Amino acid sequence: MNPALSSSPLDLRPASSRQAAAAALRKYRQVVALGIQNHLAYRFNFLARVLFSLIPLTALLMLWRTIYAGQPEGDTVSGYTLPQMLAYYLVAAWVNALTAVTEDDWQIAADIRDGNINHLLAKPLDYLGYRLCLFFSGRIIYAGVALLPLILYVWLAGVPVHVPTNPATWICFLVSLVLTALLQFFISFALAMLAFWVLEVSTFIFIVYAFEYIASGHLFPLDILPETLRRLLPWTPFPYELYFPVSIYLEKTTGPDLWQGLALQTGWVAAGWALARWAWHRGLRRYGAVGG
Amino acid sequence: MERPAPHAPASGSTLPSHTGWLRRHLRVYAALWRNAVTREMTFKTNFLLWIVVELLWFALQLCFIGVLYLHTESIGTWTKWQVVLLVGTSHFIQEIFQAFFLINCANLSELVRTGKLDFLLLLPANSRFLVSLRQVDLGSFVNAATALVVMGYAVHQLGLELTAGRLLAFSALCLCGILVHYSLMFLLASVSFWTVKAQGIVWGYYNLFQLARMPDEAFRGLFRVVFTFVFPVLLVTNVPVRVLAEKLDSPFWPCLLVLLAAGCLAVSEWGWRISLRRYTSASS
Repeated sequence: MNPALSSSPLDLRPASSRQAAAAALRKYRQVVALGIQNHLAYRFNFLARVLFSLIPLTALLMLWRTIYAGQPEGDTVSGYTLPQMLAYYLVAAWVNALTAVTEDDWQIAADIRDGNINHLLAKPLDYLGYRLCLFFSGRIIYAGVALLPLILYVWLAGVPVHVPTNPATWICFLVSLVLTALLQFFISFALAMLAFWVLEVSTFIFIVYAFEYIASGHLFPLDILPETLRRLLPWTPFPYELYFPVSIYLEKTTGPDLWQGLALQTGWVAAGWALARWAWHRGLRRYGAVGG
Repeated sequence: MERPAPHAPASGSTLPSHTGWLRRHLRVYAALWRNAVTREMTFKTNFLLWIVVELLWFALQLCFIGVLYLHTESIGTWTKWQVVLLVGTSHFIQEIFQAFFLINCANLSELVRTGKLDFLLLLPANSRFLVSLRQVDLGSFVNAATALVVMGYAVHQLGLELTAGRLLAFSALCLCGILVHYSLMFLLASVSFWTVKAQGIVWGYYNLFQLARMPDEAFRGLFRVVFTFVFPVLLVTNVPVRVLAEKLDSPFWPCLLVLLAAGCLAVSEWGWRISLRRYTSASS
């Protein structure tokens, strides 16, 4: 395996709680470093992913341009002008690059199915924390790989993307961005826990993904939905997986809606965390350590 | 696994004739189908769940169109029910492609990585045939049927008159579309001979063929040229639907689709041969 992990002081038995915290920090920093090394091996895979995702993105932008062209000059769609609509997709592409789970759920499920968690269980590591560190390092590499193509793309697309000047908007956006990443991760983790019970989890992952795809705003900004759905959706976890931070950035969600949204998002993150933890403990209880 | 009688027979004639070749491959293919049925029946729940997954994604596409048309009357000259017909046809073509080819193309990189391709190359049958058609995905036929229902409903809404000739042309063009899907995917999969870890192939395929269900008039410039003439995904569904919905402005487009389907097939065969030459197997 990787020398970085085996040489790390994993079995420190610290005396005080402060030392314990410092040791934990060191431990998980090692995991992040390890994750970065592992993910670097996939950089071309990531690059291919980014480049391929630009094809449907371009298609959606062109589709909207055509729709707006067929309407009277200066018309808006649910309050979106054409540049705002296009900006929505570009900002969403960024948020997605920074927060989306790519392979983590499959890897976790495979770890369980193939019995790879055995050696992790024997170590003083919390598996959820360990996977979170790996997810985090994966996002760093992915965002790093996506940076140049996406910047070039926004520039070439010729869409004036508005940059918020209000520092409060930026703070709320960044907080929401972190919460979005956590929510995505916890949901994926909880879903992958199904591997304790069933052999094949991909169907379940794809079913949830379908709902996430449409209800979190991958296909269109959620404001263009009919009124009833628009009122209902904020109470589900889906908008907080993409739409919400994007709408903060575009200053579509402001004032009381913003605070309510952040509170609900925090609530869903907590619920996701609790679900992930619970599923992990229930799963371990019936775990048979296949493949040993 | 059940072995599809490799030495199947030269009973009677000793000279390998064309009909003999064909009959042998048909027999092998029948054995592969029997395998597929056995496999699907072993994992019944999984089989049903995959059908649900595909249905959900199809419904999602239709919802997307529904939401778009809340805000507009038409996209270019495409009306709502014409686009529904387009999405339905695209789903139909994709499901048929999936039934025969998708898993096999996606598995190619795994065959190369593990060196299992050796076994297929050694069998006395055409290796591209074996690689492309090894597994059959039966659930996709169910989903193709749901696509047909949606297409039928859209045709009814549009009040189209279906003549035998038009249906025949539509079917033939759909077949060309399936060939384009297969050839492009096979070409993508052949890349795995170079970058052994090519999990991104299916991902790439889905991104590319999302375009097939979008009305062609939405696109312009270089993008349209590339995805019409080089990777003809914009023709795959748009041309047959235009024929069916009486939206065809010139016979040039069907001819182009037929030509490009043949072209894609030829290029993918060429790519396959070059790739095979590069294959060095893996240490076992």
